[in-house]
Amino acid sequence: MSAVSERVRRRGEALVRTRTSVITPVLVVYLALAVLLVAGSVLVGVQGGVLLDHGGILNILTRGTVLGLVAIGQTLVIVTGSLDLSVAYLIGLCSLVASETMAGSPGMIVPGVLAALGVAAVVGLVNGLVITVLKANAFIATLGVALVLRGYLEHNYTGPAGSVPRAFQHIGYDRIGPVPVAALLMLLLAAAAWWYLRRTRTGYHMYAVGGDVEVARLSGVRTGRTIVTAHVLCAVMAGLAGVFLAGRLGSGAPYVGADAGYDLESIAAVVLGGTALAGGRGGVAGTIGGVLILSTLDTIFDDLGLESFFKDVVRGVVLIAAVALYARSRTAGRSA
Amino acid sequence: MSVTHVTQGVEHPVAVVRLEGIEKSFFGVQVLRGVNLSLRAGEVHALVGENGAGKSTLLKVLAGVHRPDSGRIVVRDEEVSFAAPRDAQAAGIAIIHQEFTLLEHRTVAENVFLGREPVRRGQVDRRALETETRRLLDWLGEDGIEPGTEVARLSVARKQVVEIVKALSADARVLAMDEPTAALADNEVELLYGLVRRLRDRGIAILYVSHRMREVFDLSSRITVLKDGALVTCAPTADLDADQVVRHMVGRPLEALYPERASRPGAVRIALRGAGNERVRNLTFDVRAGEVVGLAGLQGSGRSAIARAIWGVEPFTTGTVELDGVPTRVTGPRTAVRKGIGYVTEDRKGEGLALRQSVRDNTLLVRRAACRGAVARQTADLTRLLGEVGVIARGPHQEVRYLSGGNQQKVVLGKWLAVRPRVLIVDEPTRGVDVGAKQALYRLLRDLADDGMAILMVSSELPELIGMSDRILVMHEGALAGELPAGADEEAVMGLATGHGAVA
Repeated sequence: MSAVSERVRRRGEALVRTRTSVITPVLVVYLALAVLLVAGSVLVGVQGGVLLDHGGILNILTRGTVLGLVAIGQTLVIVTGSLDLSVAYLIGLCSLVASETMAGSPGMIVPGVLAALGVAAVVGLVNGLVITVLKANAFIATLGVALVLRGYLEHNYTGPAGSVPRAFQHIGYDRIGPVPVAALLMLLLAAAAWWYLRRTRTGYHMYAVGGDVEVARLSGVRTGRTIVTAHVLCAVMAGLAGVFLAGRLGSGAPYVGADAGYDLESIAAVVLGGTALAGGRGGVAGTIGGVLILSTLDTIFDDLGLESFFKDVVRGVVLIAAVALYARSRTAGRSA
Repeated sequence: MSVTHVTQGVEHPVAVVRLEGIEKSFFGVQVLRGVNLSLRAGEVHALVGENGAGKSTLLKVLAGVHRPDSGRIVVRDEEVSFAAPRDAQAAGIAIIHQEFTLLEHRTVAENVFLGREPVRRGQVDRRALETETRRLLDWLGEDGIEPGTEVARLSVARKQVVEIVKALSADARVLAMDEPTAALADNEVELLYGLVRRLRDRGIAILYVSHRMREVFDLSSRITVLKDGALVTCAPTADLDADQVVRHMVGRPLEALYPERASRPGAVRIALRGAGNERVRNLTFDVRAGEVVGLAGLQGSGRSAIARAIWGVEPFTTGTVELDGVPTRVTGPRTAVRKGIGYVTEDRKGEGLALRQSVRDNTLLVRRAACRGAVARQTADLTRLLGEVGVIARGPHQEVRYLSGGNQQKVVLGKWLAVRPRVLIVDEPTRGVDVGAKQALYRLLRDLADDGMAILMVSSELPELIGMSDRILVMHEGALAGELPAGADEEAVMGLATGHGAVA
């Protein structure tokens, strides 16, 4: 009898424990987003504008779409304990592959998209293999691949190329109320990625490899394959971002990804979303929060008409504050 | 999982695993000499021996990490050979290491089934994952652990349980536990006892590697003693007593490796009065100028914790420390250096040296950090220093990672001599060092003592400790268990260190 009551008590304790740990980074991110939206509304309101009107929501979501796509992929590699710095040039390359394959013909839309995603997958495969087979550090490996891509783009393109048929440009502009269709697609992919990380074996193994490669290996996880998978998926997400940008711009542009700094921006969004840069913890839900915070900040700055210098300073401060906050809560959790 | 088919509490006379005539050598050094070991279902078999006796090599052979040069491994009457650890795992053999193979930020259930997650309709069957884990925990009588709890939130003892459940979930029938109590707090040891007994009652064969006589006699039904890579004895625990086991473990002649001891010690250089912190308690002892005082004890007994406390890495929180008669508070390594305390750490490559830097940069590291003044003056007597410690290198610009272990250790000593400490603490000074260099290091330490330094030497190698020390302090579970004079025998030291009481 006492064993049973002991058990009940223990279960109770466990429940209490989980209840106290409800303050997860994900919750913090969305709280921060809510605070930001309120504060932004007030600030913009003081100047006589409205932050969350039709145009404002549209603006936030449109900005968030491309970054969201890239950051979802980046989340997968960072959770796995890796990193991808080649996404920015890959976006440009994929926008070109898509638009040049389509060449203005509606019948070529599907082949164009597939070609772009295929190229992206190959680049991701190369990233993954350089890291796992050649044992190159992920930072250097993907930086190297980024340089190779830049070299190719610089040598072959001077500006926009190819053309996207009008039918495909709809993907960039169609919307339901204030919500762009593309943003919905991005959120759908985020949900898929969430499911993948949280519910599939490969997802479990990504957390394991990011948490401790050696432990994962000794437990029978195929660590190399897991890392390669993460990189391929990350590259495909960057490819999608490139295809979407081609649709929005009407043609491919070599530096569309690099100019917007999507490599570091996506890493910033992931880290802002509470994913540990060392890997092993975090997830897509936080990342989307991080993306929305960054795009909301941009929208607020636009509405306030602030200089871009000030904008960058604030973004930098927000990022550092977030990382410091997570580091703090983690050490506190360890000593508890 | 098929662990349920084990008939409860029945002792099988047949061995689940037999190792027969295992020989293994590394680089021409024979580490195992024809060792036999058999493990029966439902028994706790203790494996004991001094450091370097070959216990861990034997474990690694059992785990499939090392292949024996000769000898047979027989699992359930079938000869097998393990090419890799996973072959041993497939044969039902699991090693519970001192360091756990757990992911801190995943749940208990996720860790238990890592790499073997049950899948249903394309996704991980989380319900099966949790119920299976709970079933295994219940089977072990460990229902205080929730499958959904993050491992980082568990105590060390509970992590150990998770590690064991992880092995059981892979159908382990043989568990080899390497010093399982080393990481546990005193009150957790009893819990482990209960767990080991329940595993035994459920028909698991347990190989229990430990130095601690009390645990060995509390738990085991048979004891195997290894010494210098050879089997000394394997007998039922009931037929042995702790004195006999300790005698089997030790008792080799001391070689003429050690320099003459000090004639007469000088004034007290460092004095501890009731000093303690989280890991050690109530320490009172002196070390005098000219003395080498040995600090003995088992792994985790607090011998290194004393060193770290004196040097301010984890400072004492109670009691006082006096340096040359002056009460001193050492709050961190930097103060320690300023006050004239040097510390040659146990982990030479990790903490002692900047491996990719030169002999010269390493030697001058402490002096540059601690003293102001022109770089020229600091480097002036580098050659003299290197000569004094006898470093053999291509030159002062060679990177230390290319030096032998002995020469690396001399660089570490040189680094401290550069600031002439009053008190020098050396932790495992000759680990991974060949015999010739050992002798040189012993000579050097003795010369330093003769020059008036007070030396506190931590070592797990008893012959070295006994050969070098003018006095030996023995630690047991965070407190001083006793003090022995120069030339005490190994049995006396082991007796105190294992908590078995003074034999001498």
